Amino acid sequence: MTSVSTRRVLIAFILVALVSLPLWVGNSYYINIASQILLWAILALALNVLVGYAGLTSLGHASLFAMAGYAAALSLAAGHNHLTACVTALVATVAMSKVFAVLALRATGIGFLMITLAIGQILWGIAYRWASLTNGDNGINVATRPAPFGISLSSAPAFYYATLITFLVAVVTMATFARSPLGVSLAGTRDQARRMTALGYNVWLIRYLAIVFSGFWSGVAGLLFLYYNQFISPQVGALTTSAEALLMVISGGSGTLLGPIVGAAIVVIMKNVVSAYIERWNLVLGVIFILIISFMPEGLVPGSVRLWRAASQSVRARLNGWVARPARERSP
Amino acid sequence: MSLWLTLAVNSIALGGLLFLLSSGFSLIFGLMRIPNLMHGSFFMLGAYFGVTLLARGVNFWLAALISAAAMAVIGGLIERFLLRRLAGEQLPQVLLTLGFAFIISDVCLMLWTGDPWQPATPAHLRGTVQVAGLYFPLFRLVIVVVAAVIAIALWLMVDWTRLGAMIRAGVDDAPIARVVGIKVSQLFTLVFALGAALAAFGGVMGAPFLSVYPGLDFEMLPLALIVVILGGTGSLLGALVGSFLIGFLYNFGQALFPDLAYVILFLPMLLILVLRPQGLFGRVVP
Repeated sequence: MTSVSTRRVLIAFILVALVSLPLWVGNSYYINIASQILLWAILALALNVLVGYAGLTSLGHASLFAMAGYAAALSLAAGHNHLTACVTALVATVAMSKVFAVLALRATGIGFLMITLAIGQILWGIAYRWASLTNGDNGINVATRPAPFGISLSSAPAFYYATLITFLVAVVTMATFARSPLGVSLAGTRDQARRMTALGYNVWLIRYLAIVFSGFWSGVAGLLFLYYNQFISPQVGALTTSAEALLMVISGGSGTLLGPIVGAAIVVIMKNVVSAYIERWNLVLGVIFILIISFMPEGLVPGSVRLWRAASQSVRARLNGWVARPARERSP
Repeated sequence: MSLWLTLAVNSIALGGLLFLLSSGFSLIFGLMRIPNLMHGSFFMLGAYFGVTLLARGVNFWLAALISAAAMAVIGGLIERFLLRRLAGEQLPQVLLTLGFAFIISDVCLMLWTGDPWQPATPAHLRGTVQVAGLYFPLFRLVIVVVAAVIAIALWLMVDWTRLGAMIRAGVDDAPIARVVGIKVSQLFTLVFALGAALAAFGGVMGAPFLSVYPGLDFEMLPLALIVVILGGTGSLLGALVGSFLIGFLYNFGQALFPDLAYVILFLPMLLILVLRPQGLFGRVVP
């Protein structure tokens, strides 16, 4: 019981910290970094649905992320208003994730990854080469940020709050999804696909829905990204971005709710710090991948939780060493 | 020479290059089940080695061979000391090879700058050949001949030699192959090094034709992927047919519908995945 209430206090504390962040941070540069962390965390959470819960690793998610941005930017350039642009973008991204799902689910495991990579590269190629539509490497500028309910998002704190609200909705949705019958059966298809089939579950459909769900949230993150930068270019949909998103999921710990968020924070902060000193971000990214694979394959959050539990248990054992207690088993 | 013929010749030449790239990828991915995302990087790094040697006046063929040998050593070392420890764990393998791909691309950008390098076609391979009243650029034909020779050599090796039989045995059932005395680990290092060498060789062959520039790695990787998805993983014949198919689609697509060249590449992959997910010549893996 104590652990539940501790958790509630912790969540409340984090919420208060997040909501009051513009007050105690002040500097708009840091508020913008917080917005970046939150919007990337949405993408990482979306990817985590596949990597963590479905056991399907996608290396093409940046293309869905970029596609939402492009669809909205093009729609705005065609003279539509922000609402139409956002709706068009999400509809287009969901439609593309359906295509993604149908094609990629022809295989599982590594075949799935290869197909998502190929589709992602092709969408990137379209953004890059179809210059008459996408303006090629020059990208597309978006003149204004939207003003939902008459509140302008042009200032850093206003945009931060819009991102925070979207982020919180995403977190609640993801948590609900993970506990829902669909989420639980998705984890079932990850662990025991054949048994799930034998039990009468439609494994293909469950995975398909998971990809579409993930695609939708990638699109939401893509929209935030577009409005944050007020600019989109093919680089956003490149393999590097997909790899960064995957790094966020894996470094934080896939299959947990907190992991991808922590991962997003680590990657965004590191990218900003590293970029300030050297322009070799790709090199650093590659080295981090190799280090994580070699030394901390489980991710930072599960790794730290395990270490903390082990440490606290040993402390507790030392304190209560003279009291005979039954050993408490914890599931890993 | 008419536009169509030029396009056709270029397509065949690109097909030959793609075969050099994707045959190695097909061996590594299809036989060893290693998702090698640094295969495009092998191609690009090999090409950079090649152009550097060419700039110092090394003979073209010698440069290609040295570059292939260097890449075989690099590939072999990565397999032996890093990938080996992750045997059978595909996600970590993906991340490791992707990590290397990023490192290689950044190091190449650092060493060879962002400007494209395009070595001149070697003197003895310039000019045209007259076949049936039509003139063909010699170098394009040479690429095709080299690809054909390598295709036959690989096919003979995998299907007809003792080495090939040992590789296939190691792939089908590694523990039993080990029991009968086949050194599976060494064979896998050898196959990986061979795949890397083929990619590097292709990179040098392609340099006068495609030029070498940052981003070539991640441009070639999806092409290799599409070729293997089309042809079927692990099938050399599939890699051959897939390479020429993609060679034609890429060149004709770019000439006829420059904006949509990538969509056109995507279509056959879509058809194959829907109709025949194991690829044209792939066998169904149980």
